Amino acid sequence: MHAMRRLRIRNVAKFATSVSALSLILFSLVLTCSQPASALPAFARKYGLRCSACHESWPMLNYFGQKFKDNGYQLMNDRDAPIWQNPGYWPVVFRITPFWHRVSTGKVLVDTYSGGTAVGQAVQRISSSGFDLSGLDFHTGGTLEKNISFYLLPSSDPTGAFHFEQVFVRFDNIGHSPWFNFKLGRFELDNLLSEKRILTLTGNGGIYQTYHFIPQGDGNIFGQMGDNQLGIEYLGHSVDDRTRISASLVSSSDGNVNLSTTANAYTGFFAASQAFDAGRLGVQRIGFYAMAGEASTYYLTSGGIPILGSGIGNKGFTREGFVGQFYFGSHVGLTVVTQHGSDNAWFGQGYGNAEATDGNGGTTCTAAPCPPNNVPGTTLPVGSQAPSWNGVTFEGHYIYSPQLIFIGRYEVEKMSQQANGSGYNPAFTGANGLTGPTPSDFGNISTYTIGFRYNPFMTSRAGLAWHNEYNWLHQDGTGPSLGLSSANINTSEILLGLDFDF
Amino acid sequence: MRTRLRKWSLWLGAAAFLALPRTSSAQLSTEQLNAWENAPTAVSHIGNLTGHAKDAAGDYRRYCVGCHGELGDGNGENAKWYEPPSFPKPRDFQLGIFKCRSTPSGTLPTDQDLFDTIARGMDRSTMPQWSTFTKQERADLVAWIKHFSPRWANEKPGDPIKIPPEPEVTPERIKAGREVFARVQCWKCHGVQGRANGPSAPTLTDDLGRPIAAYDFTEGSRPKCGDTDQDIYRIFMTGLDGTPMPSFADNIKPDEAWDLVFYLRTFMHQHSKEKEMAKQLNLKPIDPNAPAGQP
Repeated sequence: MHAMRRLRIRNVAKFATSVSALSLILFSLVLTCSQPASALPAFARKYGLRCSACHESWPMLNYFGQKFKDNGYQLMNDRDAPIWQNPGYWPVVFRITPFWHRVSTGKVLVDTYSGGTAVGQAVQRISSSGFDLSGLDFHTGGTLEKNISFYLLPSSDPTGAFHFEQVFVRFDNIGHSPWFNFKLGRFELDNLLSEKRILTLTGNGGIYQTYHFIPQGDGNIFGQMGDNQLGIEYLGHSVDDRTRISASLVSSSDGNVNLSTTANAYTGFFAASQAFDAGRLGVQRIGFYAMAGEASTYYLTSGGIPILGSGIGNKGFTREGFVGQFYFGSHVGLTVVTQHGSDNAWFGQGYGNAEATDGNGGTTCTAAPCPPNNVPGTTLPVGSQAPSWNGVTFEGHYIYSPQLIFIGRYEVEKMSQQANGSGYNPAFTGANGLTGPTPSDFGNISTYTIGFRYNPFMTSRAGLAWHNEYNWLHQDGTGPSLGLSSANINTSEILLGLDFDF
Repeated sequence: MRTRLRKWSLWLGAAAFLALPRTSSAQLSTEQLNAWENAPTAVSHIGNLTGHAKDAAGDYRRYCVGCHGELGDGNGENAKWYEPPSFPKPRDFQLGIFKCRSTPSGTLPTDQDLFDTIARGMDRSTMPQWSTFTKQERADLVAWIKHFSPRWANEKPGDPIKIPPEPEVTPERIKAGREVFARVQCWKCHGVQGRANGPSAPTLTDDLGRPIAAYDFTEGSRPKCGDTDQDIYRIFMTGLDGTPMPSFADNIKPDEAWDLVFYLRTFMHQHSKEKEMAKQLNLKPIDPNAPAGQP
């Protein structure tokens, strides 16, 4: 019975695979025969430039696009003010991505049953697939007046719940100097390899692990360079944008609005880079960045109820590294980002993020895991130490044409010092949920992503990319050990979809 | 699992393989494709650099084709949306006629002229400053631009005009410039105060019959062909080919051209010593109806 069923399922699966694959090929043929569409992306429509003028592949910027952005979304041609636009012009772009994906997660702890009763747990790989949808982005941006630019990006999750992903006003070229530009609002830090313009879309491959790495059990969610942050930014650059320098001061709230947690704590981010003319190889750029901040590890309570905006017990963290953008002619590019990160030992023990799973922080948390609070009199366990790590991201591109780009990325994040040092009580479970001294490779990540984006047409009016991607991620020691020789986890995802904007 | 993945990879590979050969030609007709494949033998010489047209095809397609078109005829997909005179139409490279030159009116520009124009951009148009290219890439693009027009096969660029050293600006020179401004009737297009509101301004058209605006010296934008004193001097002497701005090389002497540069500076938005001097002189706009010799 079971064998017959398995056979039937296998036949159905085989048929489905063949149909899907044939559809894929037919679809690719349809795409290759497509004609230019005529919808209206905001900047390309305003200036009449094709997407490829500013993007290696949308949304990743090329050097000219970076210069355009640094000038406050202006070409600096005295036609930047909105007064020059047709009154019907509205600087808005919609973006959404319908796709099919298959996710396979290794070593998931699942309940086992016997006679309809749960009898224990086992570890198994879970693979699932289906059609899906990304959130919807409403990009609006441009100039309010010459040298006053703005960006507003209400963004929804796949269920339609909206938040403000990016909102800022920027005063550009103050005193007619490109060296003085100030931005206020919520924005992406000045990362040369921009996560908000990432070319990949899978769950693990759609972010830069280097920008988000947090040691296991660490409570510092505030040092994530990839997230849009709330604050102010100064940026200065040479006229040709070869030299760039920026400094930001942001709230240590990981971009969350309202002064709910970690109020009174700030983070500074500094970045500088210099580009060089390398003949036919293209313009090469090298730079560095440094992020240093503080975040509170506890906030005051009144009658056990947390007092909003009262974060205290600030502790420090740092992130620093180098960035290189290298081109080898007009077809091949490689971007490298390194990072050394370090958190205060309190963060390593799980203090910092005061958001509880039940929505209550401080001492009112009712559902585990509750965030630990650094209340007066709290001491760190013996053997606690500041966690630190090193990471690197390599992202290579092969640009067959402005309409077709192949992407390959490899990232590795390795702990250099665990929060629970060798002196940690082997029988003790700390506030970070980890027991005893932690193995040196615990939580290390390595991941690669490969894929391509193909734009069947390219105009200044709309964008449509056929997106194909595969991601594989490995993490050391974080899976259930349940009688296994290794607790390492491997996760993979394949994604095929359409990324379009208009 | 591995077998299924391999199968999917094969299907994906096949789909990509089918798509690839079409990508480069997705928007080109056969005629256009032939032009792309057969044309690029032109070269350019910028100092020690030699630009090759064949190496610029990718950059032209990525950055320029939306306005200037696959065939360089100025009929890119966006051209029809530009409404002169606010937004001039893209240059038709096939004509081989260029505004910004160091060479006499009617002659081809030098490679250096085109090289500089790419980096400088064209103010008050959608041609940005392409200073993001390497010098080699720009030199290659110059060669690419040249391959569109048969003029380069049959003619040589003109010899760059000589620009004498800039004299010291004096109140007398500014007053003399005012007289030149009246005599050669700059005011007819540019207006007596340089506001581009002269009596001929509304009727101006380029060589292709499209409306074109005279330069408004007062609005603060940069002159199209550069904003140094030498650049402005050069414009008088070379003219802007394809536009109603003629060359005055036969009408004014080099010294008078410098006087005119100084006088025009008094109109301009930017602070300058010429403006200061004009203020001290209490210089009034010219009177177009004044008897000859009394501007």
